[in-house]
Parts: sequence; structure tokens; C-alpha cells
Amino acid sequence: MLRFFIRRALLAVLTLFAISVSTFLLFFAVPANPVATMCGNRICPESTQKQITHDLGLDQPLITQYTEYMKGVFVGRTIGSGPTAKECPAPCLGYSFRTGQPVWDIIKNGLPVSMSIVIGAAVVWLTIGLVLGTAAALRRGGALDKFSVGFSLGGASMQIFVLGPILVAVFVYGLGWLPRPTYTSPLVNPLAWATGLILPWVTLGAINSALYTRLSRAQMLETLSEDYVRTARAKGLTRREVNYRHALRAAITPIVTIAGLDIGINLGGVVITETTFNLQGVGRYAVQAINDLNLPIVMATVLLAATFIVVANVVVDMLYATIDPRVKLS
Amino acid sequence: MTTSPSSPASGPYLDVKDLRVRFSTEDGVVRAVDGVSFQLERGKTLGIVGESGSGKSVTSMSIMGLHNPKRTAMSGEIRVGGTDVLKLSEDKIRRLRGQAMAMIFQDPLSSLHPYYTIGRQIVEAYRVHHDVSKAKAQKRAIEMLDRVGIPQPQKRFEQYPHEFSGGMRQRAMIAMSLINDPDLLIADEPTTALDVTVQAQILDLLESLQKEFNSAIILITHDLGVVAQVADDVLVMYGGRAVEYGNAEQVLRAAQMPYTWGLLSSIPSVHGDSDADLVPIKGNPPSLINLPPGCSFHPRCRYAMLNGGPCDQEVPELLPVQGEVGHLVACHLPDQFRKDTYVNEIAQTGVAVVSEELA
Amino acid sequence: MTEMQNAPAGAAVAERKPAREPLLIVENLVKHFPVRGKLFRSGGAVRAVDGVDFTVAPGESLGLVGESGCGKTTTGRAVVRLLEPTGGKIVFEGRDITHLRGGALRPIRQDLQIIFQDPYSSLNPRHTVGRIVSMPLQVNGIKPPGGMRKRVQELLEIVGLNPEHYNRFPHEFSGGQRQRIGVARALALRPKLIVADEPVSALDVSIQAQIVNLLRGLQREFDLAFLFIAHDLAVVRHFSQRIAVMYLGKIVEIGDRHQIYDTPAHPYTRALLSAVPDIEVLGTARERIRLTGDVPTPLNPPSGCRFRTRCWKAQEICATKEPTLDIIGPAGQPVACHFPESGPLR
Repeated sequence: MLRFFIRRALLAVLTLFAISVSTFLLFFAVPANPVATMCGNRICPESTQKQITHDLGLDQPLITQYTEYMKGVFVGRTIGSGPTAKECPAPCLGYSFRTGQPVWDIIKNGLPVSMSIVIGAAVVWLTIGLVLGTAAALRRGGALDKFSVGFSLGGASMQIFVLGPILVAVFVYGLGWLPRPTYTSPLVNPLAWATGLILPWVTLGAINSALYTRLSRAQMLETLSEDYVRTARAKGLTRREVNYRHALRAAITPIVTIAGLDIGINLGGVVITETTFNLQGVGRYAVQAINDLNLPIVMATVLLAATFIVVANVVVDMLYATIDPRVKLS
Repeated sequence: MTTSPSSPASGPYLDVKDLRVRFSTEDGVVRAVDGVSFQLERGKTLGIVGESGSGKSVTSMSIMGLHNPKRTAMSGEIRVGGTDVLKLSEDKIRRLRGQAMAMIFQDPLSSLHPYYTIGRQIVEAYRVHHDVSKAKAQKRAIEMLDRVGIPQPQKRFEQYPHEFSGGMRQRAMIAMSLINDPDLLIADEPTTALDVTVQAQILDLLESLQKEFNSAIILITHDLGVVAQVADDVLVMYGGRAVEYGNAEQVLRAAQMPYTWGLLSSIPSVHGDSDADLVPIKGNPPSLINLPPGCSFHPRCRYAMLNGGPCDQEVPELLPVQGEVGHLVACHLPDQFRKDTYVNEIAQTGVAVVSEELA
Repeated sequence: MTEMQNAPAGAAVAERKPAREPLLIVENLVKHFPVRGKLFRSGGAVRAVDGVDFTVAPGESLGLVGESGCGKTTTGRAVVRLLEPTGGKIVFEGRDITHLRGGALRPIRQDLQIIFQDPYSSLNPRHTVGRIVSMPLQVNGIKPPGGMRKRVQELLEIVGLNPEHYNRFPHEFSGGQRQRIGVARALALRPKLIVADEPVSALDVSIQAQIVNLLRGLQREFDLAFLFIAHDLAVVRHFSQRIAVMYLGKIVEIGDRHQIYDTPAHPYTRALLSAVPDIEVLGTARERIRLTGDVPTPLNPPSGCRFRTRCWKAQEICATKEPTLDIIGPAGQPVACHFPESGPLR
């Protein structure tokens, strides 16, 4: 296990390094001038432009800029020179070209929002998906099974930006049962956190649960026809023991894998959900930054998303080895 | 809490009468078993022989009550120790499964749960039917592992199925099926997935366990060699019907049904003339959805209609062979013709041998 | 009593085998599969085939028997060069084909075909029978006289299929018929040697005999040579004039049908034959040899004789000195054993 962990950690570092380099290069391949962004809409005098370019280090060779950036992430650095120089402590992800705000602060603001949305939604989609999918498989051909098939199909063809506004219209403006979706820190007011995010959870959760219902149903049906389930029945176990201890235990393994990766991917930002409900998560910051050619934020959000995916992969592999004794992590 | 039915003072432990099993599928109704009857006493082994789709596995699953009642129509009687299991509720028959009757399967790797240790799976089988502590069940499981010839049972108890070899896995399956001391053991192709030397070990083990526990064994197989080695009685199935039934001597040495002949002359012998050609059965096994009318074997039978008989119209009944007690055959051909044909034609090919009585 | 009857038939077989140049010579064939090791260390290798020698004469069938994991399938695949041998030499019609690659293999493939065990997975489900059978001809740029369709229909007829089934798909056929399609495909290029890897073991008993008879008919009619790989000892005896017995990547005994089946010399051969349930004997009357334990792992086979860990005759020399096929058994066949058995089995 430890050996596996070390190897995967080394691999993760390499992956992140490769991603950071390619993001850096991509950004500089774009034929646009970030200095203009810094100036805003005003027409900058040449000297100001020069000063900004110099302060940002954009006149340095690419390799120097990259090493400076990485140095900042780990030990901090000084950005700019002379009177405008800013001390940026580690982890320094630079400053927003547009607002001059430290990127680290932006991430610190956006990440809890995205994480809250994704984790809440994951609870919804896993619960609905597993319960509905398993129940449908156990009553194959019955009414519930037919409903689950329809639900999967409907969910798969539904869009967040359609379902979201409908739910808001009904529950917020129509019935007035819920406040408009907002983010409140759960540390400040857990109830407000939950009521403010319940609609995004339900929206994202319901749409993803369509996939998970279909997946659980298919997995469960497959496991129910396995030889070892027949053996379990032949031993005289009760239907409940057969279904849950023997069939579900095996059916759930691939679902754990996919769910782990899905959560990892979503943690990097759920742009459509954030935009639909007007929540300021990392996904939205990332999109805005890309539109603005705001390199430090793009860089930070891309690296963040990559980190989540890499970590999710390791976690999934370790979970898999815990669930399935045939998998060896060495 | 034992629910094992008490066996009547006399008569067979297992008595199947006119069993019919049908499944409805999208393509039509599958008549998987169509009027099969047989009996089996304790301490005896019945070999059920047939090809894929002959209904042999469906029969055994019916005895265990493992079919989905929603999609299966069953009629007839299956008396296990006097109780008709077809009339039992799901919960009652569940209490018999693994307790009065147990089953082992063809592929021991896929038949054991990959996520649980061998020990846990055996303990589970014991504790469903016995209200004992885990420690007690564990002791009993280790004893069983030892009894079926698994070395270092204590260590093996903690291991997972994938850490066992094929033969050891089948031994573990046998330990699990026998832990509740069942009176009836159904072995569905128990050695088909194993190498010959391992097969020999497993068959020996089953024989010695049968002597020890005095259980009735149904051995389902397509391998006539295995049947010859372990079976007392043999039931040959074709297209969901019993076509020949009798003791091993009768069925293997004085076969009366052209399908059994076909099997015997299809198999090369390890002694005979290896330059002689085998005489295969022509054509392919029938579809159970659309069985040929009359004798379902008649399209493949080289003797069909020889006596102008009703082979393509009437289903032959399973009737006693003249002069042979307990030997039943479903064939329209006259008795004497069949006896002569077997001695003069069939016994010269493949693995067929003439019994002393006939010769 | 049956042995007596066999003797003349056996003589006939021996006569039918004239001293022609071998079609296939396999010398010290080795195939190892490397195992992935931990972090930076190599994990060793599975020694699936570890020094195997045999020859196959034109028109002859050599049977290769042994239990799962003995290397018989790997040997077959290496011979038709579906696998690259790790060592040794494969000579076909006087030409060394051990390390031929790509285009250079093509002419050899015409003469050297393989039939697989599983008639379900070895045919492309999306191709018609016509396309499957004509594929080897097309790939090799052969234009048969009278046209492709005619040739394919001829082939279908040879293997006992209806030529009108040209446009059907594999799923429309039963297992036995699919195996016939596989045979027709192998025959398309008029090969000289066919490697048949468990060609009947996935089929029902009544169908097995159909396919065995078909292959035997083809062998006689086209003077085909076979490397017949199977675990069913009765089928191998029926089909092959000579038989090689494999254990853990090595041939332990090789001889003609009667030497192997009537007077086996290697303890493993005797154990193997003794384990076959005999339909002609009801019950377990005869004295049987029972092997104990499992086959050791081919990752780390025992020193000396590989069978010694399960052998009742093993002595010290068996652990130190590896027996080779230079040893000639009492009945005249090469046997890799320091203490070969003599006399008939039983």
C-alpha cells in the first residue's frame, strides 16, 4: 500500500508539472496582450505599458517566468520592482491582472462554494442512483423498473440551465418555500448554507442521478446473474442477505470508481451550475479569467482542477483495493 | 431449529414425478423440462446425462427451488424426504436449501464470492441454518476444510478464492455444501472445468464423502466416463425429456435409445481401434422453444421411421424394456430390434461395450 | 482384450508414416512471459515453454497433451508465429521462421494455419461467412480460378456446410457449424500444416465427433499435417499417430500412439492416463495412480526434474540432474525420466 502510494504520488507530481508547463505555454501561444487587460479600457501611455510588462515579468524569458511562478507557489516571491513591488507569501499564485487581488484569495473564496455544491449534489445523485437503480434491478420488469428507465432517459436529456430556473421559479418565486440560491459558509450558519444550496444540489444531483440509476441498475442486474449469487441462494440465505451482502457489495464497486472520478472532476468547478444559480465558485472564476486572459487565475484554476482529478484517481484506486481483495496495489 | 424433513421409513429420499418446467421469454415459451420422473435413495448416485439445452441443469435448479417463480411455470411433484418442495413457500424451501439439500457448481471460481474469504463464506453457510457462535462455526468450517483434503486449513480459512487453485476451490465448495450434512447433494458438472488428474481427486473425494455421510448425490454431466465411474443409476435427457433411465449397467452396456447410442459411438475409446471412424449424431440439438414434433430426437435419428413408426408424430412414452427391471426407454422401435442393433452395430464403435447379459 | 485387437491396426499406422523429411522441426523452443516487477525490479518470467523439441512429418498428426498451464497452447501459437519465441528454432519446410516478421511471414502463413478452441469468439460477428472464409485469399492476393465465390462455396461444401449459407452471419450458426467455418477458413489457402488448438473441447459430445471426423477426413484427403493440441486424452489418441506429453513447459515423453497409451514410461503420463475415467469400466474398480498436490508455478519450477515434487519414484538425482529426452524408455520411446516405468498400464 505504501509503495503504491509513493509511486502514485511521484506520478501525480509529474502530471501536475506537465499540466502547469502546458498551461503556461498555451497561454503565451494566445495572440493577445495581457497588458491591455491590466490597463482596463483606458488607453495606456507606452511607458505605463512598459512598466506593467516589466512588473509582471513579461519581458523575461518564458523559462524564467515559469520558475519564478513555481518559486512563488512554494516559497513566495516579490512581484514587480521599486515602489510598486508587492510581497507575495507562499502559496503565491500571483495577482489577478484585472483587480490586483491575490489569486490565492480568489481561490479561497470560490473553492468552498464549488465544493459545497459538488458534495451536496453527489450525496443526492448517489442516493437516488443507488436506491432507484438497485430497487429497479431487484424488481426487474415491474412498475418501478419502468419508471427508473424513464427517469434515466428523461434525466439524461435534461439540462441544468433548464431544470435550475424552473425549480427556482417554482420554489423561490412561486411557493416561496426557499430563499434565492446563495452561498453562506456552513461555519457561520449551517441552516442558511443548506437552504441556500438545496436547489443547486437537487438540480445537479437529479441530472447526474439519471446516469447513476442506469449504471446501478445495469451493474446490479449483471451481478444478480453471477454464479456466486446463485451459490448464495443455494446456501439458503434469505433474499435480503443474498441481495445486499452478496449482490450489492459486488455491484457497487465500479460505481465507486466512477463516482470518485466524477466528484474529482466536478470539484475543479461546476461552471454551468454556478452560472445558472449565480454562485461564485471556481468554475466561474476560471471562465471569466479565460475571457480576460487573466493568466494567474487561469493557471491556478487549471492546476487546482488537475490536482483534484489526480487525487481522486489515487483515492479511487485505494478504495478499489480495499473493496476488492483481488486488486493488489504493488 | 432444524427444518430438515424427516425421511419416511421406506422409499426413496428424492422422488421426482412428471416434472415440467417452462419459462416464458420474448421469443416464446421454453419447455425446459417436459415430464421427467426419477427416484434416488440415500447413499446412491444418479448421473443425469445430456448436452447443453437438454434440461439437466434446469431439473436440478427446480429441486433446489432456485427458479424465479415469476417467470417459471412448474408442475409435477418433487418430494425431498417426503415433502413436496414445489408446494413449499419461498421461506420454507429456503430453509431446506443448504440444509437438507446442497449444490456444487461447474466453475468454482465464479461460484465463490470474490470479495469474501473462503472461511467467511463457509461460516455463513453454517450459521444460516445453525444458531451458533462465530467461533463455533469457524471451528466447524476448519474441520470441514481439513476433511475435504485442504492442507493448512487454518491458513486457508483466511484466504480469498482467487488465492486457491482450481482443485482446491472445488474442494472448498464441497466443504461449504456439506457443512450442514445435507441428505441430498446436487453436483452440476463439478469437474468439467478441472484437469483430469484433479477431476480424479474430486470424484474420489465425493465418493468417500458419500460413504461417510450416506447422502444421495445427483451428478449432472455430459461426460459418460464420469458417469460410468461414479453413478449407480443413469438418466439420459434430450430436449427436456427423459429418454432413457436405468442402472449404469443397463444404460451404458445395453443402451436402448438411439440417442444414447449416438453418444456412446461419438466418444473415442482409450482402448479400441483408433483408426475406426466415430459415428457421430448428425445435425444439432433442438431448440427448446420449437421442439420437433413427435420424438424430439427423430430428425437426428438414423433409425427413425424404420418400422414406419410414428416417430415424427407421437412423443414416445418412457416404458420398461422387456425383461430388464428398472430399465426405461422412450423409443418407438421394437424391443428386439433395439437389442439386436445395439449388439450388432453400436457395440462395435466408440466406447460402447456389450453387457454380459446381452452377449 | 482390446489391446490384442489393436495390434494390426497399429502396424497399419506405422506403415502409413513413411520416412519423409519433416515438415516442421521445432528445436529447443522457449517462450517466457516477463512478469511486471515491483517499482524498479524485474519480476522474473513465466516459463510457459521451456525447451521443447519435436518434428511433424507431412500428413502426420502429432498430438500435444497436458494439463492446463503445461505450455501446449503457447507452443502451438509460437509455431504459427502468433507469438515471438524467446529462444530456440522453428523450421518449416527447411526454412527458419523463428524470427520472421510482417511480410516475410505471409508466404509461410499460407502453409501454416490455426484453428481455435472457441468457435464463438474467433469469428468476426459482423462479417458474413463468405467474407470470413475468403479473407485469407484476399489478404494474400490470391484469385482462385472460377472466382472467389465459387472457391468459398467449394470450401463450405468440403467442411459440410451448405454453400448457400455464403451470406449468413456467424450468429446464425450453432457451435459445431461455427467450428466448421473456422476449419473452412483455415483450409482456404490449402495449408500443409494446421495447428488445432482444442478444436472440439467447447462443443457438445455429439458435435465433437462430427468435427473430429471432419478433420480426420481432411487429413486423409489433402495429406494435411496436424499439430493437435487437446487435454482430452481419448480424442488425442483417436486423432494423432504420435503424441507428446507436456508438463510445466517441457515434453516429458514422446512416442507413437501405442507406446504412449499402452506402455507409458513417464510416471506423469501414467498418472494422467490413469486419471481418465474409463467408460468401458463401470465403477472405480481398477487400481489408479493418484497425484497429490498442484502443479508448481512456472515462475519458479522445481530444480532437476520438474515432476519430482509430485512423483512417487523421485530420488536424489531427480532434484540435481534434469532428465532429458535422450533417455529411451523400455518400450522404445524417448522419455525424460531417470526411472522410467515399464510394462502396460494397470
